[in-house]
Amino acid sequence: MATRQTAGLARLMRAPAIILLLIWMIVPLGMTLYYSFQNYNLLNPAAISWAGWFNYQYFVTDPAFMAAIRNTLVLVLGVLTITVVLGIAIALLIDKPIWGQGIVRILIISPFFVMPPVAALIWKNMIMHPSYGVFADIARFLGLQPVDWFAQYPLTSIVIIVAWQWLPFATLILLTALQSLDGEQMEAAEMDGAGAISRFVHLTLPHMARAITVVILIQTIFLLGIYAEILVTTNGGPGNASTNLTYLIYRAARLNFDIGGAAAGGIIAVILANLVAIFLMRAVGKNLD
Amino acid sequence: MGRITLEAVTKRFGEVEVIPPLNLDIDDGEFVVFVGPSGCGKSTLLRLIAGLEDTSGGRILIDGKDATDTPPAKRGLAMVFQSYALYPHMSVRKNIAFPMRMAGVPQDEQDRRITAAAKALNLTDYLDRKPGQLSGGQRQRVAIGRAIVREPAAFLFDEPLSNLDAALRVGMRLEISELHNRLKTTMVYVTHDQVEAMTMADKIVVLRAGFIEQVGSPMDLYRAPKNLFVAGFIGSPKMNLIDGPEAARHGAHTIGIRPEHIAVSPTAGTWQGRVGVSEHLGSDTFFYVEGTGLAETITVRAGGDIDLHHGDTVFLTPDAAQMHRFDDTGARIA
Repeated sequence: MATRQTAGLARLMRAPAIILLLIWMIVPLGMTLYYSFQNYNLLNPAAISWAGWFNYQYFVTDPAFMAAIRNTLVLVLGVLTITVVLGIAIALLIDKPIWGQGIVRILIISPFFVMPPVAALIWKNMIMHPSYGVFADIARFLGLQPVDWFAQYPLTSIVIIVAWQWLPFATLILLTALQSLDGEQMEAAEMDGAGAISRFVHLTLPHMARAITVVILIQTIFLLGIYAEILVTTNGGPGNASTNLTYLIYRAARLNFDIGGAAAGGIIAVILANLVAIFLMRAVGKNLD
Repeated sequence: MGRITLEAVTKRFGEVEVIPPLNLDIDDGEFVVFVGPSGCGKSTLLRLIAGLEDTSGGRILIDGKDATDTPPAKRGLAMVFQSYALYPHMSVRKNIAFPMRMAGVPQDEQDRRITAAAKALNLTDYLDRKPGQLSGGQRQRVAIGRAIVREPAAFLFDEPLSNLDAALRVGMRLEISELHNRLKTTMVYVTHDQVEAMTMADKIVVLRAGFIEQVGSPMDLYRAPKNLFVAGFIGSPKMNLIDGPEAARHGAHTIGIRPEHIAVSPTAGTWQGRVGVSEHLGSDTFFYVEGTGLAETITVRAGGDIDLHHGDTVFLTPDAAQMHRFDDTGARIA
């Protein structure tokens, strides 16, 4: 943008796209905001009235709320930890030239192509099922009591399923970062007397910092909204043991038909997500410069 | 001390033998340049010495000790790479400190060596910058600094100047030569540029397809190239190589005469021809003379003030005392 005219022209040219995006965002947000202050229940849709802050108060004081916040954090942090650590490990492994590299890479990426409910159902019925799941078979083979995953470790089970789904994404991004690492740098470090671990700590990790940041930011956005996996496996239970914020809002809207309460929950979720985003950008965003 | 001896060193990549058994002695304090066209194995040879490649056969001795299976870090050699291979997320100071950190050198000793290296290489003002904020020449100096602080037995340079522009290259060439005069450490330098080889080397090793074509001082190679390949490779502009009846007249299959050993006259001489392209450099003039009855275009170097241009008729007289004669295998006839 060399001159004031071109800058003004550029602003004019991009205005339609920005205005469209703004409408796209502002209308649903405005409606949600509006409904969050209304008494509006689908079981009695005629009785709509101003509710003030009641919906917010009701949602926040729900005993499930704090559990949902905690579960959301555990879910996000758990999946992030597993995907980043395993992602780096797998990327390091498949970066080395091996026989059948193409097939191995496709196999590693394939979980990402399975839609979340399908993946969750496969895990539920074929892998983690206490009587005919693969894990149960293994446990019996070893002479152990099979684990009823969704009853005993509901949140852990969901973390495992979601991590399985997102591991390919992390691996892929980290692998591309790894491949752009300059071979001569590694050789220079080798000549400088750095062992394999030193090279990993001083060269590989700093080189991958940006990719790791991207993985954390993108995954966090999607992980805050995890819902399908919970719906088809545990239904948020037992009790509230695997209810996250998204699922709590779903429960308000679709099981209790409380549109006002769900809208209030939605607004709270938006605020919390933005807090997380600000925190993340502060913490790791400097790597993106 | 930095005496490096290669005994029948061989390198194969699968079936392909890139370095056939090769013997070479590099004396302590010598500046040795490996030169040859791309793909001649000169970089591979350097990497074998560095330990970045494993030998397929033979022995590498450093100061008389067998280092064939010693890992690179333990050989006491420092290498400067073509791409500089600086660590991008570390400041210049940390880059230079890295090998010392890995070796566990005490902090005050590290600081002392960094200060000395930075002063020697004019990097004092840049110590806290990242490599990305430096120019090509500065990055090259950081890479050299990182090598110096290790106080190695020998420096290995892998085409260190090929990423620099022409003016910087001349400057860095001088700096590296000065560094060698000051440190008196063995240096092994790989380049495809024969000018770098001629200007810097104590000893030039000319390589082709993994074979050593000739080893000698720059002037030995210039005055008495052992074969056609060395004759054509050393010297700029290239030596004129003439086949056919003219060569037979001198009892050779091919004769070679350097452009500076041909006298130019507008009136009389051995070969008559026409000036094709003429390059006036001020100090020198290069003529490419055609139509002499010889199959080859003859390159001639003359003084800067000679007044001949495209299309002019010239007479050329080769200096018979400076003529090189080669037989049909390309070997020099003494």
